[in-house]
Amino acid sequence: MLPQPETLTAQQTPILEMRGITKHFPGVIALQDVSFDCVPGEVHALVGENGAGKSTLMKILSGAYRPDAGELVVRQRPVVFDHPQAAQQHGISIIYQEFNLLPYRSVAHNIFLGREPMRGQMVDERRMVQDTAALLEELSVKINPTALVSNLRVAQQQEVEIAKALSLNADILIMDEPTAALSLHEVDSLLELVLRLKRRGVTIVYISHRLDEIFRIADRVTVLKDGRVVTTAPIAEVTRDDLVHLMVGREFDTYFPPRARPEDIKGPILELRGVSSGSSLKNVSLTLRRGEIVGLAGLEGSGRTFLARVLFGVERLDSGTILLDGQPVRFRNPQQAIAAGVGFISDDRKAEGLVLPLSVRWNMALPSLNRRQKMGYIQRSAERSMVQMLSESLDLRAAGADQEVQYLSGGNQQKVVLAKWLATQACLLIFDEPTRGIDVGAKAGIHQLMRRLASQGVGILMISSELPEVLGMSDRILVMRQGSVVAEFPGETATEDMIMKAATGLTTNGANGAEGAEV
Amino acid sequence: MESTFSTTQTPIGQRLRRLLSKVPVILIVLLVVLILIALVAPTFYRPVALLNFLKRAAPIIVVAIGQMYVMLSGEFDLSVGSLITVCAAVAANVINNNPDNLALAFVWVFGIAIVVGLINGLIVTRLNVPSFVTTLGMLLVLQGAISIYTRGAPQGGITDNFRVFGRGNIEGTEIPYAFVIMLLVIAIGVYLMHFTTFGRRVYAVGGNPVAARLSGVNVGRIKTTAFVLSAVLAAVGAVLIAGFSGVSSLSVGQGYEFQSISAIVLGGVALGGGRGNIAGAVMGALTLQAMFSLLNFLGFPLPIRLSVQGLIIIGAVAIAARRGRT
Amino acid sequence: MSAIAQTQRRAGAFLNVLQTNPTLGVYAVLVIMLVACALFVPGFASSDNLINILQRSVALSLVSFGQTFAVVGGSLDLSVGNAISAMAVMTSLVMAGRVEMMIPTVILVIAVGMFIGLLNGLIVTRLRVNPFIATLGMSLFIQGVLFSGFDNFAGSVPREFEFLGYSTVGPIPVGVIFMLLVALGAYFLLRHTRFGYHLYGTGGSAEVARLSGVRTGRVLIIAHVLTGLGAALTAIFIASRLRAGAPWVGQGFELESISAVVVGGAPLSGGRGGIWGTLAGVLILSILSNIFNILNVGAFAQDVLRGAILIAVVAFYTARIRR
Repeated sequence: MLPQPETLTAQQTPILEMRGITKHFPGVIALQDVSFDCVPGEVHALVGENGAGKSTLMKILSGAYRPDAGELVVRQRPVVFDHPQAAQQHGISIIYQEFNLLPYRSVAHNIFLGREPMRGQMVDERRMVQDTAALLEELSVKINPTALVSNLRVAQQQEVEIAKALSLNADILIMDEPTAALSLHEVDSLLELVLRLKRRGVTIVYISHRLDEIFRIADRVTVLKDGRVVTTAPIAEVTRDDLVHLMVGREFDTYFPPRARPEDIKGPILELRGVSSGSSLKNVSLTLRRGEIVGLAGLEGSGRTFLARVLFGVERLDSGTILLDGQPVRFRNPQQAIAAGVGFISDDRKAEGLVLPLSVRWNMALPSLNRRQKMGYIQRSAERSMVQMLSESLDLRAAGADQEVQYLSGGNQQKVVLAKWLATQACLLIFDEPTRGIDVGAKAGIHQLMRRLASQGVGILMISSELPEVLGMSDRILVMRQGSVVAEFPGETATEDMIMKAATGLTTNGANGAEGAEV
Repeated sequence: MESTFSTTQTPIGQRLRRLLSKVPVILIVLLVVLILIALVAPTFYRPVALLNFLKRAAPIIVVAIGQMYVMLSGEFDLSVGSLITVCAAVAANVINNNPDNLALAFVWVFGIAIVVGLINGLIVTRLNVPSFVTTLGMLLVLQGAISIYTRGAPQGGITDNFRVFGRGNIEGTEIPYAFVIMLLVIAIGVYLMHFTTFGRRVYAVGGNPVAARLSGVNVGRIKTTAFVLSAVLAAVGAVLIAGFSGVSSLSVGQGYEFQSISAIVLGGVALGGGRGNIAGAVMGALTLQAMFSLLNFLGFPLPIRLSVQGLIIIGAVAIAARRGRT
Repeated sequence: MSAIAQTQRRAGAFLNVLQTNPTLGVYAVLVIMLVACALFVPGFASSDNLINILQRSVALSLVSFGQTFAVVGGSLDLSVGNAISAMAVMTSLVMAGRVEMMIPTVILVIAVGMFIGLLNGLIVTRLRVNPFIATLGMSLFIQGVLFSGFDNFAGSVPREFEFLGYSTVGPIPVGVIFMLLVALGAYFLLRHTRFGYHLYGTGGSAEVARLSGVRTGRVLIIAHVLTGLGAALTAIFIASRLRAGAPWVGQGFELESISAVVVGGAPLSGGRGGIWGTLAGVLILSILSNIFNILNVGAFAQDVLRGAILIAVVAFYTARIRR
C-alpha cells in the first residue's frame, strides 16, 4: 500500500512542482510568481509569517483556489485542481490545522468515509475494520479501529488523520502546523512518525511556526515573505537566525525583552496554598509577585490550563486557599474573577477569546462593560476613546473599530483579545499559550507588551508549551506534572533539558516516564 | 476614523454601489409591497387608513421585538403564540365583564408571562435543553393548560376599558392607543438593544456563548432575561390582539410564533444569533402585515396568507444567503 | 483496588457503552416503562391493549422514520404535518371510492411526497436556507393552499383500501407489519449503504464529509426525499384508517415526529441517532398516550404532560452527555 523507500538525491526529478504561481485578491497580491518543488521522499519545510501566503498556497494545492497564473505539476504532468478531490486523485493529501474527523463515528468509519468498501449494495464493515487495523499497524500506531473518535486523545486523532491520508494512497502529504495542539512528548512521537513516513518514500510539505521542529526533520526549507519565495535551501546550510531574519526581514538581537530586575519585583499578588480540584489539581501551592512573569511549563494535560480555569472561576475549587492581593478569594464564575482584577487570555482565540461576528470595538469593550455604564447605559464616547487608545498602543491593523474581528489576521485578533483584558485594568493576567499560531513579528510585540505590563506592577502567569518562550520570558519557571507543581527554576539559569525532565518525571522517578505523565 | 486604521479612498461609483449593497433587502421588499398596494388600493394611503394599518401591525411588531431578543441570543421562542392565547383567555376570565377587574387582569396576565418566560429561560440555560424543544414543550403545556382551565372555550369576557388598548383611539384624536404602545415598545426595544450593556451582552451571547462567558457575561441570566422579555411582550401583544379582535376562541394567538420568527428572519437576523437589529425586525413585521393587506385587497382567501408567508421567508433567507450575510 | 473504585470504573464503562450506543439507553427506558406499566396500570398488559398500542404507533412511526433521515443529516422537516394532511386529502380525493384507482393513487401520492421532500432538500442545499425556515416556509405554503381549497373531509377511499388500516394477519395488524418492513428498509439504508454512511458524515460535519469526497448536498437532498416518502406513507395509512382525508389530519405530526426522534436519542445537531432509537421513541410516546387514556387523563391534560415529558427526556439526555 505504501510506496517503496527511495534514497534522496538532489538531482532527482521533482514529484511536486509549483511554477510561477500568482494569485490576486481584490486589492492584494497573495502570491507573486511562487515556484516551489519537492523531490520524492523529501521533507520540505515551508515557513513564513502569518499573511506571507502559506495558506493561499495550501488552498491552491487543495483545489480550493485556482491560481491566476502559473502551473502546478505533479509527477511531471501539469494538473488543474478544481474541486476538493482533485488533489487527492493525484496522490496529495492535506492534514489541516483543524481536525477533520467525525467525533461520533469510529476510526474505521472516518478513515474510509467517502470510499467505503462495498459488497454488493452493502458497505463491507468487516473489511473496513480489518483494513483499518492493518493500516494502523503499518504506522505502528496503537488505536482500536472501532473506537469512537471522540474518545481518542488529540494526538491519536492526528494519527488517524495521517492514516486516513495514507490510505488514500497519498505519497505527498501536506501538514499544516501539525504540532500546534500537541504536548511536548506527543510532538516527539509525531516527528518520529514523519521521519518514518519519509523513510518509506512519502514526500512531506511541512508547514510550522516551530523552527526547532523544522531543524529536526526537514531536508530543505522554503521561506515565504509577502507572497514571494525569499529562499529555498537545504536545511544544513541555514541557521535559525537566518530563517528568522529571512521571514521578518530584520535582525533580532534578542528574541525576548530583558527580565525584571530584582528591585522591580514587589509583594505577592497571588498566593495558592494547597489548591486541589478533582483529579486534575493536587495540592498546588505557588506565589506570584507584582512585576513578575512566572512561566508555567508542563505537558498537555498536566493541569496547567485547568489551574488557570480554577483561578478564573470557570472550574470548581475543592480545597485549599487562593489569596489575591492578600485577600482570600473563591470565584464561582468569571464575572467575580474579572471584578476582582483577574484576566484570562485563553489559548483558543476563536472559540473562547472572541465573538467573531462582532466588531473590534464591541469585543474590546466586553469584559469591561461595567466600567463605562450608568444604570446599564453605555457611555459611548468613553468606549470609543478607550478603543482608540488601545488600538494605537497595540498597533492594531484593522479597517476600523467597527470591522468584524473575524476578518482580522491571527496576530491582530490576538491583539484584540489582549486589548480586552488591558481595558479591565486587571492586576493579574493569565496567558494560556499567548503566541500560539502567531507569526514571529507579532510574537515579539506580544512578548514586549507582557513585559511592559509586568513592569507596571501586573502579575503575569504564562502557560506555554514552547520552551524557548518559557525560558526567554519567565522570571521564574514552575513545572507541572499530573496536577502538581513538581519543580521551580529561576528563569535565568533554567534549560530546556531541566524543564523536560521535570515535566516528564525523569528526575524523580525514571520508570514513571513520559507515558505515565499523560492521563 | 482612527489614525492606525487605514482609510482608503474609492471612486464615487464604487462607494455608491457599496452603499447600495448595504441597503437591507427588507427595505426594498417593503417598498415594493407598499407600491403594489398603492396601485391596487390607493385609499390605503389616507391617514386614517394608514393608522388603522399600523394598529393592525402593532401586535406582530411588539411580539417580534420580544422574539428578537431571544433569537439574537441564539435561541427560539415557539411558545409565544400559545402564551398569547393563555393571556387573552385569562384576561377574559379574570375581568368577567366587570370593568373594575382591569388592574387585577393586568397583574395576572403579566404575572403569567413573567413566570412562563422564566421557566423557558431556566430550562434552556440550567438544564441545557435546546430552546426548540423547550419552547415546543411549553407550547403544548400552555395549550393543554388553558384548555383545561377554560374547559375548551373562553369564559367570561373582556370589557371596553380593556379593549381600548387594542382598538381605541386616544380621546379627541385619530391616533390609536395600539400605535402609541407600539412606538413605546420600539423605543424601549431600541434603547435596550443598542444603548445598554444588556443589549451588548445579548449580541455577545448569541455570537459566541463561550467567549461571552469567559468575558464575564452571565450567559444564563442574559438568555433568561431575553425569554422573559419575549414573554412579557407576548403578553402586551395579547392585550392588543384581545382588544382588537376580542377573545372568541382558544386560537387567538395561533400563528404568532411563526409570524414573529418570519418577521425577524425577513428583517435579516442571522439564525443562530449574534446579528440583526430592531429596525430590521420592525420592517420585517411591517412587510408581513403589508403583504397580508395586499392579499386582502387582491381578494385572495385568508389561508393564502400562509402560503405567501412561507414563500417570502424562504425567499428572504435565500437572498440573504446569496449575499453571504447569514 | 478498592471496591468503590471498581464500581466507579464499572459505572464509567456503562456510561461509555451508553455514549457509543445511546439506543441501548432508550430501550432500557422503554423496558422499564413497560414493566412499570404492566405492574401498576390495570389492563395495560393485555394482548389487546399491546396490539392497540402498536396499531396506534404506525402512523407516527412512518413519519418519524422519515424524519430520522433529516435529523441524522443535521436537518429537520417541519413540513411533514401539513404535507401529510395534503396528501391524505389527495389520496381520498383521487381514489374517490374507486378500486381501480388505488394503485395509481398510491404511486401518485408517493411521488408527491418525494417531490415535496426534493423541494425541501433543494431549498436547504442549493439556496442555503436554514432547514428550520425552509421547511417551515414549505409547511405554511402547503397549509395555505390546502385550507384555501378544503375545510372538511373530502373524497373517500374504497372498502378494499381499508385493508391497510384494519386487516390483521393472525393477531397482528397489517399496518404494524408494514411499519416493521419500512423500519427494516430504513435501517438498511441508514446502517448498511454508502448513502447511510455519508448521511452520518454529513450530519456529523458537512465540512469533513465534503473534504472526504462525500457529495453532501446530494446526500442531504436524498435524506429529505426519504423524509417526504415517510410523510407520504403516513398519509396513505391515515387515509385508510379514517377512510378519507381532511386538511387537519396531519397537524401536529411535524412536532411529534421530531419529539419521537429526539426521545429516541438523536440530537437535533445531527450525525447521531438511528431507526431503532426512533422506533423506541415512538413506542415510548404511544405508551404514554395509552396509559393516559387508560387512566382517563383528558386530551388537554395529555398535551400538558406530553410537553413536560418531552422537555424532561431531553434534559435527561443532555445531563448524561455532559457527564
